[in-house]
Amino acid sequence: MSTTTRRSAPVWPTEAPADLDRTLLRVEDLHVGFGDARDPTPVVKGVSFTLERGRCLAIVGESGSGKSVTARTIVGLTGGRSHVRAGRLELAGRDLRGLGDRGFRAIRGQDVGFILQDALVSLDPLRPVGREIAEALRLHGWGTRTSRHEKVVELLTQVGVPDAELVASQRPDELSGGLRQRALIASALALDPELVIADEPTTALDVTVQAQILELLEATKARGRTLILISHDLAVVSRMADDIAVMQGGEIVEQGDAREVLANPRHAYTRALLDAVPSEHSRGQRLSPGRDAAVSVIGSARAAAPDATVPVLEATDLVKRYRGPDGIERTVVDGVSFRLERGKTLGVVGESGSGKTTTARIALALTRPDGGEVLLDGEPWSGLKEKERRARRRQVSVIYQDPLSSFDPRWSVERILRDTLAPEAFADDAARGRRVGELLELVGLQDEHRHRRPLQLSGGQRQRVAIARALGPDPAVIVCDEPVSALDVSIQAQVLDLLEDLQRELGVSYLFISHDLGVIHHISDHVLVLSKGRVVEQGPADDVFRRPQEPYTQALLAAVPRLQRPGSRTAAAAD
Amino acid sequence: MSTAVLDDRPAPPDAQLLRARLRRPARVAVRILSALGVLWAAATFTFFVQSVLPGDRATLIINQDTGQTIERSAAELAPINERFGFDDSLVTQYGHYLTGLVQGDLGTSYRLKQPVTTIISEQIGPTLLLTFSALALAWIISIALTVATARRGRIASSVASGFEVVTAALPHYWLGVILLVVFAIDLQWFPVEGGTGFVGLVLPALTLAIPLAGFLGQVTREQFERTLDEPFVTSARARGMSDLGVRVKHALRHAVLPAITLSGWALGALFSGAVVVELVFARAGLGQVLVDAASARDIPLVSGVVMLVALVYVIANLIVDALYVVVDPRLGKAA
Amino acid sequence: MSTATPTFSGGAPTPGAVASAAWSRVRTWRPGLVLAGLVLLFFVVAAAVPSLLASGSPTDIDLRGALRAPSLEHLLGTDQNGRDLYTRVVYGARESLLIGLGATALSTSIAVVLGVSAGLAGGIADAIINRFLEVLFSFPVLLLALLFVTVFGASATTQIVAVGIGTAPGYARLIRGQVIAVRDSGYVEAAGALGHSYARIVRRHVLPNAMRPLVVVVTLGVGQAIVWASGLAFLGLGVAPPSPEWGALLDAGKNYVQKAWWLEVMPGLAIVAFALSVTTLGRALQARLEGGTER
Repeated sequence: MSTTTRRSAPVWPTEAPADLDRTLLRVEDLHVGFGDARDPTPVVKGVSFTLERGRCLAIVGESGSGKSVTARTIVGLTGGRSHVRAGRLELAGRDLRGLGDRGFRAIRGQDVGFILQDALVSLDPLRPVGREIAEALRLHGWGTRTSRHEKVVELLTQVGVPDAELVASQRPDELSGGLRQRALIASALALDPELVIADEPTTALDVTVQAQILELLEATKARGRTLILISHDLAVVSRMADDIAVMQGGEIVEQGDAREVLANPRHAYTRALLDAVPSEHSRGQRLSPGRDAAVSVIGSARAAAPDATVPVLEATDLVKRYRGPDGIERTVVDGVSFRLERGKTLGVVGESGSGKTTTARIALALTRPDGGEVLLDGEPWSGLKEKERRARRRQVSVIYQDPLSSFDPRWSVERILRDTLAPEAFADDAARGRRVGELLELVGLQDEHRHRRPLQLSGGQRQRVAIARALGPDPAVIVCDEPVSALDVSIQAQVLDLLEDLQRELGVSYLFISHDLGVIHHISDHVLVLSKGRVVEQGPADDVFRRPQEPYTQALLAAVPRLQRPGSRTAAAAD
Repeated sequence: MSTAVLDDRPAPPDAQLLRARLRRPARVAVRILSALGVLWAAATFTFFVQSVLPGDRATLIINQDTGQTIERSAAELAPINERFGFDDSLVTQYGHYLTGLVQGDLGTSYRLKQPVTTIISEQIGPTLLLTFSALALAWIISIALTVATARRGRIASSVASGFEVVTAALPHYWLGVILLVVFAIDLQWFPVEGGTGFVGLVLPALTLAIPLAGFLGQVTREQFERTLDEPFVTSARARGMSDLGVRVKHALRHAVLPAITLSGWALGALFSGAVVVELVFARAGLGQVLVDAASARDIPLVSGVVMLVALVYVIANLIVDALYVVVDPRLGKAA
Repeated sequence: MSTATPTFSGGAPTPGAVASAAWSRVRTWRPGLVLAGLVLLFFVVAAAVPSLLASGSPTDIDLRGALRAPSLEHLLGTDQNGRDLYTRVVYGARESLLIGLGATALSTSIAVVLGVSAGLAGGIADAIINRFLEVLFSFPVLLLALLFVTVFGASATTQIVAVGIGTAPGYARLIRGQVIAVRDSGYVEAAGALGHSYARIVRRHVLPNAMRPLVVVVTLGVGQAIVWASGLAFLGLGVAPPSPEWGALLDAGKNYVQKAWWLEVMPGLAIVAFALSVTTLGRALQARLEGGTER
């Protein structure tokens, strides 16, 4: 047993023996490794924390921080190739170390309820959700078949499912994301376990649904249950956590009372995480640490800017209908109009199904609208024939959410970037090679990345390659479709900073699509709020976000989890 | 395979789901019509292949009967042409062929001078028995192997995977001969010439089943292991379910889906494999009849069997479709 | 693409594709790879210069030495005419391999033409080709081959054509699926958004990516084709017996199973060894190809 107890934060809190019955969970010096038994790859390195009954502990960290693995250790679900050792691992005074699968099975569901993220994949897609909930009861010998069914309906009603009888008989794919997540929660709460662990419970959900699920978890806590909340999102956590533990690289770098950690973060990483969250307060500020204006302007091939009064992209009355697999036609985009000014950012925000991606595709002329028109530099764009449009396509670029699938898997970064260069703009091969080097520098990549394939790069580096590719043709507009949604918050901060730097230096315009209101408010000059294919509200970003006129926008904004930082430095500075 | 661009189309609300469900009879009708279409095309293809036969068919038939290979006079050919309708135009012949098919008439054997339907119905019993026992056996072997070994340590799983890959590559004739030599000739556990009883069925059915089990096992195992990695399996485990429970109650249901899809195709493959196996074990059935017909160039008989197998394939796939929706109800509404 | 759609058109994945997927889970086993390489090398040499591997003649008759079991003198035993079976297997390699290669070449050519045009054209053309493949699928390979033999008579050419046509629909579907997957991929869309022409996108992205699995499939296919062709010969509907072609050896030996098992088992072993080593190498090739893009 290793004795290197790492405590970069003050020991928290020191337990007096008298408090023993108040302590539900006690973890000391927990190590988890994967792979070879003799030389496992460490994922959790000496984590210690205690949790008192009735409190909510939030474990916050980015991907690979070991937060999920830590949580899974408590129910013995780290998997076959994992190696766990700990100085102490106690649940309600019971030692969990060396507990076999049979022992853990008695705990799972009964003493600890575990909620995984995204109920679409966390519930068996082939079975009605009612059976999944009943299964939790049956496994622990609860009741009879009929009494279990009644209990299932009762549980579903408890978690706020209308018409629980019907929902119990439906499969996950027949339910909306919110109902699904409620059903998953019901299955975890079925036996009213003392401890509830929720691993990213709201990640895949729309913001309004997310707010409802958080309320549900708060209600569980109000009933006296103990909660562990795993999340990458500090804002989600700040609302209900009593204690916060920040994890990085398998270690807890800081832990303590939630208000204290949020107000006076001691560790640099916690501060960086807090600063990286884009929001109304962060407008005009850099999100990532490091030098300002990373961009050294490199000669742009663009001719003198055209008439600045003409919007670079202008859409009027766009309509798009799709026929669904059931043969029913739906209007996905319904009368959308917007103007994108030169060198500015137009943010398009909406929940899933709002038509924002289709709008983006129409702007890119990848989808032909059924009605309305898009003008580029005041000239026809969406109405052109593809042959005529090809020559002008270089003026409109795109950055996708998932850059990996937008790269040919066989191609190196160099080839991807060369492919974007106009043949006539460069004298020879060497000139094109130099331009590739410039593009890499522009997005903060090194020359060594040239010969890599995108698969060999990290998520943030891939998105930088995607940005370099978008810049390659020297475009007037870049359509950014959820460009930071798949990234960790610190990487997201770097990418957003990069996009802003590039806009300032190159004068490029962004049509920026996102579901994240914080991101949109941070980066946009103008905002378009979409719902069910219609524009609900539009205007300057600050007007829309600070003084929303429409009830929909107001509700949307009210649902956004806000970072609650009492008396914090950044929040004070922004106002 | 994920696409870079998301789909904006909203999930259909409940009323629309309901409407989609009501359309099911229409979908079944479409499916059956398309099955008939496949049969019609198969018949046309078979007819076409027959009609491109090099040389004169009547001459072939007479020479076949007499064992000679000489030119025949018009007088000799006339009755044959009359009887088989070779004088009619191709279109007329095609029409006769199709109307015959609809009435269950597959024509007359050149060699045996009997209706093809009669010959087939006399011989098909043992072949069908063999085919279906082999399919059942293959399912049992592949599922047992998968549930027992998938993700159960590297050694067990590698050995089982290796077994599946090797057996899937074994030709029926070779496996059959080996089983015959080892178990019937050497060990004498089974009769060399099986007859139609149960004891005689064991080795032929194993011969047919083992390569298919290897093939199905690979597909099942892959899907099974993929399912064990799904979050909903972790979810079930987090509720307190045991490893075996997860395997049988959750993973298995997902894992049999590709095997169900393949079974329609497998039935056709088994049917032709049965021809070989019947020869190896000197077993009664369509095998010997078919091989004799092929070497005697008895076209109506061979194409009759081919049409029959196409029919089996089409029906099997209709059943597979129905079965699939039972196991995976999501497709009942999506299709 | 979904893995299992129960529609007619989405029916059976090809055995080759499934086998190659399975191999990816049997970890590349080095000694196995070397062994497979040696086996393949042996057969290739046998096909090219058989006299290097066998000193005698495949047609030397020695009636007094008939039906001898395998021994040091006759590694694989002798047949009813006293001919050395090892020598005959070595000399049979050329014709057997040619039949396998010929059938595979035919089936992949058909498959590429049908698969690529269906995948690229889409719409009605795709539907028609897909239906056509569906019809071909309803005939098991061996039965289709039987029909061909019945109509055209037994010969090596018939074997090649029958096996080639019989195995083509599986490959065609695979290629069609690949073409569609690439056609609808993010990188093709991204190339379109850059303003590249359709022809350039097809040339630079669609064809290279869609054809990538073909190398593996063709490798696996040669083994499969030899197995199918020899099955036909076993039934007496392939190359006729005096020839040492492997299928013909099987045909000749099948009447002696009770007296001389080696006449059936040994040529079959040659076929199985060839098929397995080709599968092993095909798998290694696949790992290499994917390794180039995934790690």
